[in-house]
Amino acid sequence: MTRLPYVRPMQGWWRRNPYYVRYMLMETTSVIVGLYAGILLVGVWRLSQGQAAYEAWLAALRQPWAVAFHGFMLLAMLYHAYTWWKVLPKTLPLIHVGGKPVPGLLLSAAGWTATLVISAAVYAAVRWWGL
Amino acid sequence: MKRSNAPIFWSLFGAGGVLSALLAPVLVYITGIGASTGAGMPQSALAYPRVLAFAQNLGGKAVLFFVIALFLWHAAHRIYHCLHDFGVHPGLTTKLMLYGSALAGTVAAAVLLLTIGL
Repeated sequence: MTRLPYVRPMQGWWRRNPYYVRYMLMETTSVIVGLYAGILLVGVWRLSQGQAAYEAWLAALRQPWAVAFHGFMLLAMLYHAYTWWKVLPKTLPLIHVGGKPVPGLLLSAAGWTATLVISAAVYAAVRWWGL
Repeated sequence: MKRSNAPIFWSLFGAGGVLSALLAPVLVYITGIGASTGAGMPQSALAYPRVLAFAQNLGGKAVLFFVIALFLWHAAHRIYHCLHDFGVHPGLTTKLMLYGSALAGTVAAAVLLLTIGL
């Protein structure tokens, strides 16, 4: 008599543990990153077609549902940035300074600082440069 | 031994991940919230002459190209690996479709930015 091997059911495995829920959330932010690239690509395409086409793209972005969706995308992008820098120390080889390994939290903090500084610079450039 | 092509896709994924961690939040805010509602910046921030001048500038072209292309490669790679975690086991067709759309988007961005000219 042959017995079927036991196969551990994997259906919904990530929903059983909040750690894995956060992992899946982190991975799914990539869908938003791809969607946003698509929105920008359409913008460049409309820009290449002239002023009327570009302004139609802008008008679409001003629709309330589009603004709400961008609010949601902003949260996803912030979560992506937060998790990207959080796992950075695990993806890099150990860095030693003066014979001691640099603590992971310091590397993450450097990443978060870079995001803040660059965001502020981009905001300032768009807000005040040539307006 | 045949060399693996994984490092190429992983590098594009990594580069897109870094670029999006640095820029995606502020860009989504500018194009989708700030300039479209006037919250925190004038709506004229994305006015046609301004954005056209940006896209006609070589540096501006580079920013638009790398943001679009690397975001797409990042998404394609991560979605491909995430499908497995969701219990969908993607085959070669799915892989070709995902990486293929990133490639198509990259080519489209390059062609469009060249069309816009200097």
